[in-house]
Amino acid sequence: MTPDLSITLAGIRLKNPVMVASGTFGYGPEYADLVDLSQLGAMVVKGISLEPWRGNQTPRTVEVASGLINAIGLQNPGAEGFLQTYLPFLRQFDVPVIVNIWGRTVEEYAAVAARLSAAEGIAALELNVSCPNIKEGSKSFGSNADMFKRVIAATRAVTKLPLIPKLAPDVFRVAEFARQAEAEGADALAITNSVPAMAVDLETRRPKLANITGGLSGPAIKPIAVRLVWEAAKAVKIPIIGMGGIYTAADAAEFFIVGASAVAVGTANFMEPAAALQVAAGLRDYLARHQLGSIRDLVGTLTC
Amino acid sequence: MQLETATILEHRDYGAGYRLLRLAAPQIAPQVQPGQFVHLRVPRLEGCVLRRPFSVYKAADGVLEVLYKAIGRGTAVLGAALAGEKISALGPLGHGFPLDLPAGRVPVLVAGGYGMAALYLLAKRLPLTGVVFVGGRSAPDILCVEEFEKLGWKVRIATEDGSRGVCGLVTGPLEAWLAEGRGQGMPEFFACGPNGLLEVVGQRALAGDWRAWLSVDRHMCCGVGACLTCVVKLKDSDGAWVWARSCKEGPVFECRQIHWDRAEEEA
Repeated sequence: MTPDLSITLAGIRLKNPVMVASGTFGYGPEYADLVDLSQLGAMVVKGISLEPWRGNQTPRTVEVASGLINAIGLQNPGAEGFLQTYLPFLRQFDVPVIVNIWGRTVEEYAAVAARLSAAEGIAALELNVSCPNIKEGSKSFGSNADMFKRVIAATRAVTKLPLIPKLAPDVFRVAEFARQAEAEGADALAITNSVPAMAVDLETRRPKLANITGGLSGPAIKPIAVRLVWEAAKAVKIPIIGMGGIYTAADAAEFFIVGASAVAVGTANFMEPAAALQVAAGLRDYLARHQLGSIRDLVGTLTC
Repeated sequence: MQLETATILEHRDYGAGYRLLRLAAPQIAPQVQPGQFVHLRVPRLEGCVLRRPFSVYKAADGVLEVLYKAIGRGTAVLGAALAGEKISALGPLGHGFPLDLPAGRVPVLVAGGYGMAALYLLAKRLPLTGVVFVGGRSAPDILCVEEFEKLGWKVRIATEDGSRGVCGLVTGPLEAWLAEGRGQGMPEFFACGPNGLLEVVGQRALAGDWRAWLSVDRHMCCGVGACLTCVVKLKDSDGAWVWARSCKEGPVFECRQIHWDRAEEEA
């Protein structure tokens, strides 16, 4: 019997548990000639803010050992731009569309959540909390427990869509943030985001990124992400979407074993546009080899 | 745009750190337009997470040719790939050079170093021949001159050390040619090379009220417009600018489109 990859996550039915991560697959058209979007578990689009945003100066990315540091700076066409240009395109495909959102204040998060909730064709909102609050000392929403709580509460109050906070990796106790999100009404968690990092040009002694620092993604962060998912999964009942350096089904299986209910492929898309589909196919083989009837039978099966 | 498993037919030294890679890519090769590029997954490039973009030198009969210089770890590792090996190719990518030359124009190609290879397909497919100006550090950096001459193009050469052609920058012979009467027509520039060269060619075209099509070179990740790494500033209304993706809207832009950052803005 072919193992069943389908899951229901935060009330959303997914054909398979492998999504593409925000910021690594654009808004849909970029990869549509290469990959059948309908075969993805879900499409998580690049972060959307209320107004269009230019992002950072260049250079914006640098490749490092087994990873990529990016400081794109959240460039995006804004909520209206997304709804007019990209959502109609994405609705042609039989794939749940999850929109990653961000703001510079609690009010901006609520405003973009409300605007997107009024549209048809969005399955869920993913909250990017790894950005600075410009009203409150530019502290990151994702690493300050009080601001983290308020941003979830404010978005929860304006939308009925499933809410998926994306937890930052640079927190002291991820379990506390996971519990806080669950208490504020989050429907699932995305773990994790890129890890704050930097790289220096030795000849010029200048940072390799215009923004000086950026977020590290790729295989270099996978063990960090696996640990974060494991700690959070022990602390909450809501499902977790694990991500960070997933290239193969073997990478993905680790996340399921430590408690993730779904996974997302990110940086790997730049090397192999169909990486998510390959991961899904490989997971099916893995389940068959381990005589598991469903991906759900693998979740949280870690033996310590 | 397609993802294809290409086969290396030939991979040989071209002198001075340059190498020629010939690939059987029957799906991608027939689609390539001058100025487009391919994104290759370098075999055995451990610890790296990105493909590497390469301009196409030649594309005919299902075969792609790439002429590249070993400039970093990716190209160094690629250099070890052998004929018969498979290589994943994504392409053709980007928007290349226009081929519909208005009447009365003389096509003028300006290349720096291996930028010359990226202009070959253009020289071959433009409806008429013109003149190519190529500059490099030294004689071995001046590539495929005979290939352009075989197509009927005049080639003017400059090297910084004077070891081939005129001593100095490529702008020397270019200015001399413009002063001589530029071949009885209005020049239309097509350039590929370092960003400094592109800016000079763009400024010269603006000064003469001519057009210049510039192939910009930026750090690139996805190659398909998703990641927004390779963005360049294009002019918008009222002196403002907007980002464009060099992998998607580019890499070729007309010089009037480009917003050049002034030094004080960079600081």
